[in-house]
Amino acid sequence: MGVLLQLDTVHTYYGQIHALKGMSITVNEGEVVTLIGSNGAGKSTTLRTISGLLRPRQGQVTFKGARIDKIPPHEIVKLGIAQSPEGRRIFPRLTVLENLEMGAYIHPSGTPEYRNDLERVFNLFPRLRERYKQKGGTLSGGEQQMLAIGRALMTRPSVLLLDEPSMGLAPVLVEQIFDIVKEINAQGTTVLLVEQNAHMALAIAHRGYVIQTGQIVLEDDARALSKNEMVQKAYLGIE
Amino acid sequence: MTAQGEAVSGSLGTRRSITTILGQIFGPLLQIFYFVIGSAVILGAIVIILALLLRGTRDDIDLLQGTLIILPQVIVDSLVRGFLYAMIALGYTMVYGVLEFINFAHGEIFMVGAFVSAGFGLVLANSGALETFNPFAFVVIAVLLGAAVSGTLAVSIERVAYRPMRNSPRLVLLISTIGMSLLLQDLVRIIATMTPLGFNARVQTPNLGSALTLAQIPLGERTINVIIDSRSLIFILASIVMLIFLNYLVNVTRMGKAIRAVAQDMPTASLMGINVNNIIALTFLIGGALGGAAGVLFGIRVQAINPYVGFLPGVKAFTAAVLGGIGNITGAMVGGIVLGFLEAFVASYLSLFTAGQFAGANYADIAAFSILIIILIFKPEGLLGEATTQKV
Repeated sequence: MGVLLQLDTVHTYYGQIHALKGMSITVNEGEVVTLIGSNGAGKSTTLRTISGLLRPRQGQVTFKGARIDKIPPHEIVKLGIAQSPEGRRIFPRLTVLENLEMGAYIHPSGTPEYRNDLERVFNLFPRLRERYKQKGGTLSGGEQQMLAIGRALMTRPSVLLLDEPSMGLAPVLVEQIFDIVKEINAQGTTVLLVEQNAHMALAIAHRGYVIQTGQIVLEDDARALSKNEMVQKAYLGIE
Repeated sequence: MTAQGEAVSGSLGTRRSITTILGQIFGPLLQIFYFVIGSAVILGAIVIILALLLRGTRDDIDLLQGTLIILPQVIVDSLVRGFLYAMIALGYTMVYGVLEFINFAHGEIFMVGAFVSAGFGLVLANSGALETFNPFAFVVIAVLLGAAVSGTLAVSIERVAYRPMRNSPRLVLLISTIGMSLLLQDLVRIIATMTPLGFNARVQTPNLGSALTLAQIPLGERTINVIIDSRSLIFILASIVMLIFLNYLVNVTRMGKAIRAVAQDMPTASLMGINVNNIIALTFLIGGALGGAAGVLFGIRVQAINPYVGFLPGVKAFTAAVLGGIGNITGAMVGGIVLGFLEAFVASYLSLFTAGQFAGANYADIAAFSILIIILIFKPEGLLGEATTQKV
């Protein structure tokens, strides 16, 4: 179980705002790692930095041993890092199928591999198969989340970055989505999961990090984290 | 259920059915066709009703007869104007769709296309090959040449004048486009006056054939001749061919889908592995090529051009793009058609109905820009524009 993705004292800014203040995390192959933290702690910024949407001013991001923090986002996807962004960000005026095709943009279409990917996504999310002709913008929130994850899977990633997949969803749907994330991991994809719903995230993760104001304040395996007093108080609502 | 589902992904994964592709290509054209018929019928009915109401106000001519006699010609004129605006409007709308600013230099891209046709004609004339040149080949080569020159020019302008300012406020970019517009006008003026083309350049063409009489409808002691001159016919047919090609490119190909994805959400598109800069350059290439082709066809039709011919059609095409819903490709085509019809009808009938009080051609511009104002006040999203909502 080698190291797949690593952030080493990464500092990222939005203009003058210092958003990540020396983030260091490690994701090993085959793991589900979760980043938990409150609003504005820097969770999404971390994912955006990994994907190349933001450039770190200091520090390094390495993937499979090579530095990726100077590479543009469209090249990083090709290395095997896919992101399902915060707020889903599906293409509202493309159909479900076209959204998935965009996920597969970096691969030649019409190949058996492409059909396999599509079949895999449709098997994970049968709802998408039913609605493949519908415009993305007409889907419900849960379906849009499925589409965002499915679209990310179409890039054939070795690591999947999930940004708050539970946001705004009914509890039943949240459970469904998390079951699928577990399933995706079981099929061999490493997952880095960013969540406010710490309870659900720690239930499926192997390891977790707690992030506060752009820094890691706690790191442990998931079970230990969910028993940690500070985590229980701040993120699990247990007094 | 499952079996059906499997079948769906099976057929999706390989090739999607021919009917879907044809639908994607011809669907928008069908919509244009409806708008052509609709505009012709509605405006035709309005002028006929007006003619009936005003009958007798003029002793010199029978208004109804006068109205009917010129009607076919007005419709041909409407189509030419309509397709002209549609083709230019596409450039505005595509760039707006992706970058959300109005490229006011686009009218000049069109003008450069017109000068390419003049230059091509001149070169052929000087070598003595013009008279014997195959007319069909002339049009095809001139259009391709114009599209290539204008497309390249549009891409270079984006690279030099717009890309460095992409993250500045939109107003800065807008000013940059206006500056580019003035620069191009004067550059072309300098080049044209230094070469044998001259400021008022003639577009020489081989003999493109005479007018085509489509029908002769008897009306009392006179007949209505439904005539279409060859240059207008070339304009309309060539535009349709190019619109088919554009619809194929944007709706069916992967690249076209990438353009739409970038237009909808740029950062997310880059997360899909789409090189956003390349796609933006591609939009300028396609928009510029269409504008240039329209310029060539315009030059061939009007046969006399100058470096400022791009301004008014450019601004009107912008109106057409707003009318159809800016950012919407089908909307731009539809808006162009509707605007072309309105303008041609106003230009032709206003002076007839007011006994020459309002000589129509100038009032056509008023009609066009009144529409812009009305649309911006009452329906800013345009005829086909959609208010987009994204669920959170």
